[in-house]
Amino acid sequence: MSNETISRPGTGRPADATTGKAGGRPADRVFLGLSTGSAALIMVILAAVALFLIIRAAPAIAANWTTDPNLSHGTTAGHADFWSYVLPLIWGTLWSSAIALVIGAPIAIGIALFISHYAPRRLAGILGYLVDLLAAVPSVVFGLWGIFVIRPFLLPAEQWLVQHLGWIPLFEGPQSGTGSTMLAGGIVLAVMILPIVTSISREIFLQTPRLHEEAALALGATRWEMIRYAVFPYARSGWSAPSCSGSAGRSGRPWRWR
Amino acid sequence: MPVSKRIEVNDLNVYYGDFLAVEGVSMTIEPRTVTAFIGPSGCGKSTFLRTLNRMHEVIPGAHVRGEVLIDGNDLYGPGVDPVLVRRQVGMVFQRPNPFPTMSIADNVLAGVRLNNRRMPKSDADDLVETSLQGANLWNEVKDRLHLPGSSLSGGQQQRLCIARAIAVSPDVLLMDEPCSALDPISTLAIEDLIEELKQEYTIVIVTHNMQQATRVSDKTAFFNIAGTGKPGKLIEYDTTSTIFTNPNVQATEDYVSGKFG
Ligand SMILES: Nc1ncnc2c1ncn2[C@@H]1O[C@H](COP(=O)(O)OP(=O)(O)OP(=O)(O)O)[C@@H](O)[C@H]1O
Ligand SMILES: [Mg+2]
Repeated sequence: MSNETISRPGTGRPADATTGKAGGRPADRVFLGLSTGSAALIMVILAAVALFLIIRAAPAIAANWTTDPNLSHGTTAGHADFWSYVLPLIWGTLWSSAIALVIGAPIAIGIALFISHYAPRRLAGILGYLVDLLAAVPSVVFGLWGIFVIRPFLLPAEQWLVQHLGWIPLFEGPQSGTGSTMLAGGIVLAVMILPIVTSISREIFLQTPRLHEEAALALGATRWEMIRYAVFPYARSGWSAPSCSGSAGRSGRPWRWR
Repeated sequence: MPVSKRIEVNDLNVYYGDFLAVEGVSMTIEPRTVTAFIGPSGCGKSTFLRTLNRMHEVIPGAHVRGEVLIDGNDLYGPGVDPVLVRRQVGMVFQRPNPFPTMSIADNVLAGVRLNNRRMPKSDADDLVETSLQGANLWNEVKDRLHLPGSSLSGGQQQRLCIARAIAVSPDVLLMDEPCSALDPISTLAIEDLIEELKQEYTIVIVTHNMQQATRVSDKTAFFNIAGTGKPGKLIEYDTTSTIFTNPNVQATEDYVSGKFG
């Protein structure tokens, strides 16, 4: 039997492949140049943007805000310098992003798991489409929704928190009268990061090697146990990234409507 | 100690959706024997093997008609939980599939932990050792049990998978071409292992290697397919020596003597 395999005539393929590769080399080089150039261009543009912002902002950063005539009144009034104005904003962004992640990521991962591993194929398709649709909603809509729906909706709950859990520094009064709280911002942000985190998580979950899923199932794992044994370990490296980029991309925006 | 069990299959049809992949299989597999499934590619060996622990149900649309009894209990009876079936009927796959991020020890314990059994550490250590010894892997890995399963060679990974399968003390062990991704030495190691496991387990093995079938199995089942799109069928099922030296069906003779097709 092995004799047969050995004596089978060659097809002359290797020679073709070699010449083909030689002919392709200039094209390879052009393409390499193009793609490297495009990649480099992104870095250059980003660096240029950063540089521009820093240079144009330098006078304001350096100025004494109490004496500078442009900065001592209006929205910037009452701030000693740039940092005293900006640090609370940065803090707010980080804080609300954290709230958004804590609320949004588990929900997004739950939806993604349902779509990738529980729902029948048709339902999964429809759900995936709906989530993507959510991503297409302009962020101004989410902002308005936060102002007109979430804020008043949360007011009673916040009142309760201040009254009963006020001894925890986190829930200390005084309460915001308008409901423009970190919690409201965080909830709006959570909904905004939902689509991107869901769809990226879904993609990662779907890529779990079938081999590992079957390994777990063949040991007598239930579906949830299979997810814990095969899907999560595989996804672990991937999912923290989408959650973060999802919130990073969104968190700058809602503050415009505060 | 596992109680190896008799498997009885009565007129089993296996479907992928509307497609009839395997038709009319009936056979009885005795406890503490090794049974080999042979036959050309696509004749439904894997498909049929998977119906013995309901692993085919993982594939959407796959279903069976017929009866599989394990010690008289219908595998497909109402109220039978496939998860529990798979804890009794273990499976080893063609490509080694240890959980890559779990340590070697955790891989062995994976199935036991599923049963939600909180084991004292000393019991767990004992189980790791006996299972790895049972899979002839202990001496090679005893100093690096904490390393990930993916750090082993292919042959070692496959034996790790066997250790993982026998750690839960199944009644039956199904193996789908367990040596096809391995070198001859690892293959022999696994064949020796099958010989030993036979003392305690009922083993069913799919193989494309005729020598392997003759070396390890007591009985052999030859499956064949009439043409593409036709269902696979069990052609002949007999003692291994009969199948390879004196088969009753011409197709079997052609296949085992290499005159096929
Ligand atoms: N997931 C699936 N969906 C639909 N049809 C399938 C699926 N898996 C296998 N089949 C079909 O079932 C038939 C039997 O396949 P099976 O994998 O059981 O063959 P096999 O005997 O194990 O072959 P091999 O020796 O190559 O492993 C084939 O016609 C195959 O195309
Ligand atoms: Mg197969």
